[in-house]
Amino acid sequence: MGKISNQIVLQKITARFGEQVSIPTEPFGFLTFETTKENIIEVLTFLKEDQDLKFNYLTDITGIHYPEQSLPIGVIYHVHSLTNNVRVRIKVFLSGDNPEITTATTLWNGANWMERETYDFFGINFIGHPDLRRILNVDDMTVFPMLRDYPLEDPNRVDKKDYFFGR
Amino acid sequence: MNHPLLTDNDPQKETTTLNLGPTHPATHGVFQNVLEMDGERIVSGVSTIGYIHRAFEKIAEHRPFYQITPLTDRMNYCSSPINNMGWHMTVEKLLNIQVPKRVDYLRVIVMELARISDHLVCNGILGVDTGAFSGFLYLMEEREHIYEIYEEICGARLTTNVGRIGGFERDFNDIAFAKIKKFLLKFPPILKEFETLFNRNRIFIERTAGVAAVDPETALNFSWSGPILRATGVDYDVRVNEPYSSYEDFDFEIPVGTNGDVYDRYIVRNEEMWQSLRIIEQAMQKLEKEQKGIFHADVPEFYLPPKEQVYNNMEALIYHFKIVMGEIDTPKTEVYHCVEGGNGELGFYLVNDGGRSPYRLHFRRPSFINYQMYASMSAGMLLSDAILNMSSLNVIAGELDA
Repeated sequence: MGKISNQIVLQKITARFGEQVSIPTEPFGFLTFETTKENIIEVLTFLKEDQDLKFNYLTDITGIHYPEQSLPIGVIYHVHSLTNNVRVRIKVFLSGDNPEITTATTLWNGANWMERETYDFFGINFIGHPDLRRILNVDDMTVFPMLRDYPLEDPNRVDKKDYFFGR
Repeated sequence: MNHPLLTDNDPQKETTTLNLGPTHPATHGVFQNVLEMDGERIVSGVSTIGYIHRAFEKIAEHRPFYQITPLTDRMNYCSSPINNMGWHMTVEKLLNIQVPKRVDYLRVIVMELARISDHLVCNGILGVDTGAFSGFLYLMEEREHIYEIYEEICGARLTTNVGRIGGFERDFNDIAFAKIKKFLLKFPPILKEFETLFNRNRIFIERTAGVAAVDPETALNFSWSGPILRATGVDYDVRVNEPYSSYEDFDFEIPVGTNGDVYDRYIVRNEEMWQSLRIIEQAMQKLEKEQKGIFHADVPEFYLPPKEQVYNNMEALIYHFKIVMGEIDTPKTEVYHCVEGGNGELGFYLVNDGGRSPYRLHFRRPSFINYQMYASMSAGMLLSDAILNMSSLNVIAGELDA
């Protein structure tokens, strides 16, 4: 697909960060690895500014919730090297009580609304974000609706039995 | 806001607060911008979005794959077939389904028709916002013809729900092909006439050239994609960078602009319509070489069998039951797939836990990401220019809010 292979990208990252990036996988040829919240900005900066890699395009930031894990809240970054046509997915897992991570708005202005959306739905606090407010939901909402324990519909409804439909 | 200490009643306050939207006719959708105005010039602005947020990502976690298709329709409703097929291709990638070439070409035809209808609405409306109504009327008629083609293919017009996982729900009929051929004949002269009305029109150029110019670095920094990014001169097009649905078989060019202003975006969209026509023509030629009657992949576990077989055939009944009840195992993995939507890179990030519905589905919606620069780039602009800028960003409220 790309001009440089995933192996070369991974080699460069492990040469620079060693043990701080872990569990590299390649689902459908999409290089994916994990790092910690202390290292994420360094990793993103390295990916963005390295002269061979040039991951200059932030495709997306989103969140995920695995309630059964010890670090349940995940932040997922998709970055793209337009010159090399390679993509990388980076995951960071955070604790559930007070999920906090440094903002990526210092690297990409485009991260602003993506992080606001992630905060809005998962309650992840992006430290250093210039304007961390809810974006799609109403401002006085008290819950973070994309967490798995938040029900899709009012659980007290009696007129509708979702379990009949396997939901 | 630039004057946080001065309240609305403060006599020292020299700027006016203006609510542009949420339902203003010139915003073409539900957008609110609270602008601080100094006369006709915008000092600063704050965008508020979310007026039609419908929690698609949450709903998608509770729906089987095939029931998510109608949710994707309602994102970019100006080019809903692209959303539908982007979603189908995401699931096909997850399930390793190989789609026949004929299905790829049929999809390309529908997707390019959708791109034309998306761009022609955007450019037509841009004309209306500059005060030229007639071009819009010419183009709107052609959008109607595209919708008639959709009607022949799937029965619907706006929210099409076209196609299934693995292909189409039915083959294109002869009327559909006849209408596509007629469209290919009738549309070029009308687009040409539209271009004659606008491209070198003095009033149009004065209103649009140099307005809201964006340089490529800023555009990339804000993660722009689609025609507005290409208008700044970056030739990033998902159809070329990561070809899907056999786009690598087609010969077409990526039009790019130089200044990234409203005029360049208009020109890029117009040129993309010409390229789309080229692609449809090539697809029609390629279809003639393909065996007729193939319109879906052979994946009985995921593609609903015809109803008469369900009543008369044991296997068909079993598959029907398993598909509807969601009893089929799917791989536990994650997949990101993107297509070139009307407004840019439309991405689907799907995390699957092997269950009936996605564990997590995230839509990378180009309108949402493209729109975030709007408030900051409006500062210093005339209000009338900011309206044109919003028109040319082609932000679709459904896609913005998901």
